[in-house]
Amino acid sequence: MKRAHLLSTQELTRADALEILDTARQLSRATDGAIRKLPTLRGRTVVNLFFEDSTRTRLSFEAAAKRLSADVINFSAKGSSVSKGESLKDTAQTLEAMGGELMIIRHSASGAAQRLAESGWVKSHIVNAGDGMHEHPTQALLDAFTIRSHFPEFDRDFTGLRIGIVGDILHSRVARSNAQLLTLLGADVVLIAPPTLLPIGVDTWPVKISYDLDSEISSLDAIMALRVQSERMNDAFFPSEREYAREYGLAGSRLRALKKNAIIMHPGPMNRGLEISAEGADSKQSVILEQVANGVLVRMAVLYLLMGGAPIPTEGVLV
Amino acid sequence: MSVVLEQSEIERSLKRIAHEIIERNHGLDSVILMGIPTRGVTLAQRIGEFLRNIEKPVPVGTLDITMFRDDLRLRPPRALAKTEIPAEGIEGRDLILVDDVLFSGRTIRAALDAIGELGRPRSVQLAVLIDRGHRQLPIRADFVGKNIPTNARENVRVQLLEVDGLDQVEVGI
Repeated sequence: MKRAHLLSTQELTRADALEILDTARQLSRATDGAIRKLPTLRGRTVVNLFFEDSTRTRLSFEAAAKRLSADVINFSAKGSSVSKGESLKDTAQTLEAMGGELMIIRHSASGAAQRLAESGWVKSHIVNAGDGMHEHPTQALLDAFTIRSHFPEFDRDFTGLRIGIVGDILHSRVARSNAQLLTLLGADVVLIAPPTLLPIGVDTWPVKISYDLDSEISSLDAIMALRVQSERMNDAFFPSEREYAREYGLAGSRLRALKKNAIIMHPGPMNRGLEISAEGADSKQSVILEQVANGVLVRMAVLYLLMGGAPIPTEGVLV
Repeated sequence: MSVVLEQSEIERSLKRIAHEIIERNHGLDSVILMGIPTRGVTLAQRIGEFLRNIEKPVPVGTLDITMFRDDLRLRPPRALAKTEIPAEGIEGRDLILVDDVLFSGRTIRAALDAIGELGRPRSVQLAVLIDRGHRQLPIRADFVGKNIPTNARENVRVQLLEVDGLDQVEVGI
């Protein structure tokens, strides 16, 4: 993969995506056999640049970097120089001056990662770990990895797989990245949500749209319940939580309507009882914890492919 | 490129290596073979087949050493290959590493590091089809199919039926 940054799933070719997924799979085989730590990035420094709260994504990247023997510097905006008014540019340059070579950035503004990569402020590799309502590419990659591991007959081509993404599509960068990546790999993606939780322009996405979960559920091979992001909801997008759970919650008879080999996914953290019931989250078909484990593998693959090889000669911007 | 080993010679070399492995280890009770991708894996399987015919089957695994290389930063990232540790594990075993060509010795150094992460075999031995010289590290092979003196600029190309469709070793610029 000749690429300095990972900013979005949009920029990935099918070959790039498969290369990341293949690399993660080989890493999984190697680490299953009890190689707990690889020396690949020894002496290299990875910076977690988190301007927005996130525990699992930051920890997952940190675990991935450490399993490759990299040193990790964690930066979180809370209680930092940012609260004193420091800009993104100054923060990034400061951390690069401390030895950072790759920056994993989470920011509430859509496009923050791209800005950092293209501005020329820093020479580091940039990985987007979630920017506003835009993209979260490593989440989509780990979801694709998880789906692939459960449907080996679709190994290099997801054509024929039907994947439902249910819930708050509007605020979800996970949905956007997944719709893009899973379609690129050949899957049919159905977005299922009330009209108020669908973004403007969703009709231009390469997906099907449905307002009715019950009419779709029995045709899905994988169903991804999205978290209701109450922190981003400053409007009434649905009448009440109870009504939302009734219309779009993955629970009760809907679980029994699923295909026997369908898998239940959730990017976490879950609101049990809202978008997914406890029964759904803990069911035999749930792969939610596998997603977490796979996240570390996929992020190891991304770190290795971006910074493991010879430095790419940079002439200005390289995306 | 000129051919230095033909199919029959490759077969004979591997068969002889199999006999030497048995002799050196006083049997096969604790022997395990680990091939280094890509062609080392094929060679390990073939040696394993000879061992099975001569005496008894032994576990055969594969060990991808890419992530342990010390020259990763000299080239674009390489694709990783499969690592498969036999169920029996490597602990307390006599582990025979198998590769196609022994050159600088850096691959084997990386393999020794990888093995160190996996456990502690009783011994580690090295079997290669071709030893072409020009070591950069103090590493030697225990079992050698053929020593081929080469110029450092020459290439040694090993082709095996399972991977390349024919058995042959060539040397040339």
